[in-house]
Amino acid sequence: MIRAGAVAWLALLVAAPLLLVLVIAFAVPDEGLPPFRLPWASEAPNESWALLTADAFFLSALARSVLLAAVTALLCVGLSYPMALGILRAQPRLRAWLLGLCVLPFAIGFVLRMGAWIGLLRDSGLVNRLLIELGLASEAWQMLYAWPALLAGMLHSYLPFALLPLYAALAARDPALEEAAADLGASPFTAFCTVTLPASAAAAGAAFLLVFIPAVGEFVVPELLGPPEALLAGRAIWQEFFQSRDWPLAAAASVALLGVLLAPIILWQRLERR
Amino acid sequence: MTRALLALGLVFLWAPVALMAAFAFSDARQPFVWGGFSWRWFAALAGNPRMLEAAMLSLGIAAGAATLAVLAGGALGWVLARHGAFRGRTLFGALAAAPLVLPEVVTGLSLLLLFVALERATGWPDGRGVLTILLAHASLGAAYVAIIVQARLSGLGRLLEDAAADLGATPAAVFRTVTLPLLLPSLAAGWGLAFMLSLDDVVLASFTGGPGATTLPVLLFSQMRVGPTPEANALALILLLISALVGAVALLLRR
Repeated sequence: MIRAGAVAWLALLVAAPLLLVLVIAFAVPDEGLPPFRLPWASEAPNESWALLTADAFFLSALARSVLLAAVTALLCVGLSYPMALGILRAQPRLRAWLLGLCVLPFAIGFVLRMGAWIGLLRDSGLVNRLLIELGLASEAWQMLYAWPALLAGMLHSYLPFALLPLYAALAARDPALEEAAADLGASPFTAFCTVTLPASAAAAGAAFLLVFIPAVGEFVVPELLGPPEALLAGRAIWQEFFQSRDWPLAAAASVALLGVLLAPIILWQRLERR
Repeated sequence: MTRALLALGLVFLWAPVALMAAFAFSDARQPFVWGGFSWRWFAALAGNPRMLEAAMLSLGIAAGAATLAVLAGGALGWVLARHGAFRGRTLFGALAAAPLVLPEVVTGLSLLLLFVALERATGWPDGRGVLTILLAHASLGAAYVAIIVQARLSGLGRLLEDAAADLGATPAAVFRTVTLPLLLPSLAAGWGLAFMLSLDDVVLASFTGGPGATTLPVLLFSQMRVGPTPEANALALILLLISALVGAVALLLRR
């Protein structure tokens, strides 16, 4: 009974929608509502895939998205790994409060937080006014609608996806192992490199992927903070759907995006199951 | 070293938040410019019917979606933890975890196509709005609830339930008096997570919502495209205080 219900839920709300994307990716755009004709109901051939691969427009957007997501994931893991260790090395009764302090900023909706970054980083923003006041810059340095603001916003949005699983993994390891290494004469650095790091490598890999995979398709952060000319995959899909109203092209772009993400998703599920 | 980086990380996380909180009290019409102390943006927020309406709508959708997510995600987690190896177990697990990693734009587009196809085939749902957003958010939340419940059930084992059954409890009584109370903290945590995810979502609500259903994040997103406002700062401070209060109470209760 329970299993039948669970299977029905997944079939309706996960499997069927994904299959529909696959079908519509081969449909033909048409006037009307919905704005397409199914592949077998149209004489005209599907052109979405030719459009996607013909010009470098979408492929370069996809490549840029992968690069942005990889840099974001590296920054997130690189920052949250020492942060998690720092929390764990604090006094036990402080740990929960420190973790709470790390998570609390995320309780404010991320749209509002991105608004704060706009206010901080725009030409007339707080950071530029401070730089000019201190004589460190003679004119405003353009950070907003450019890569610095985009990276700051991505890091600010995705940090908990890396921090929380890394903290859980590092908290679950056995502290006796590090003590044993120290007793056997290892310096703290050697103990870290030979004991802590190998034991948490899988968790760090999973945290990297948990940031990387959703970040490749991110739409809101690049839209609010990023350079307008650097089109990313998520924005391309959004624009094809909402502005051009070319649903088959948006679906084909989604299938291409999923194709790129398939290997990382499978790798993540393997790492999670360990 | 780790302490310094923890401090750096906390400064990075808190800098924009602290500035929003501070400038919520600025009298200046420009956000992030100090123009003397004032409560006016809180008053402006309270007198903004569009914002209040969107906030009420979002809270309702979040509560409904979280409740549905706990029911569905609880069932998913139960099957994953307790049904052993059945045919299609791997596919079942992959589909249950898929919403966790699928890009939001893809999930949004796929659910929209589902609702359009359903409407053509059955006449339901009649257009898109509150109900379709709620279902989309429940689908996402259920995936998170499922992993929490699965982890909890796997950690618990069956010892306590077997003991209750040995003492003569019926399967229904075992579930009601042993399993459910042990699961309750996980279900509560899952409800809270699904609630927050729903309150923070722009993309799914944009794809599956209709003209009559503008949630708070969607409204804020369209405002932020133009630029931040001092009203948004006041709203951020209110959200921060509520969350800090809830978090502190949760931490103190855990003792």
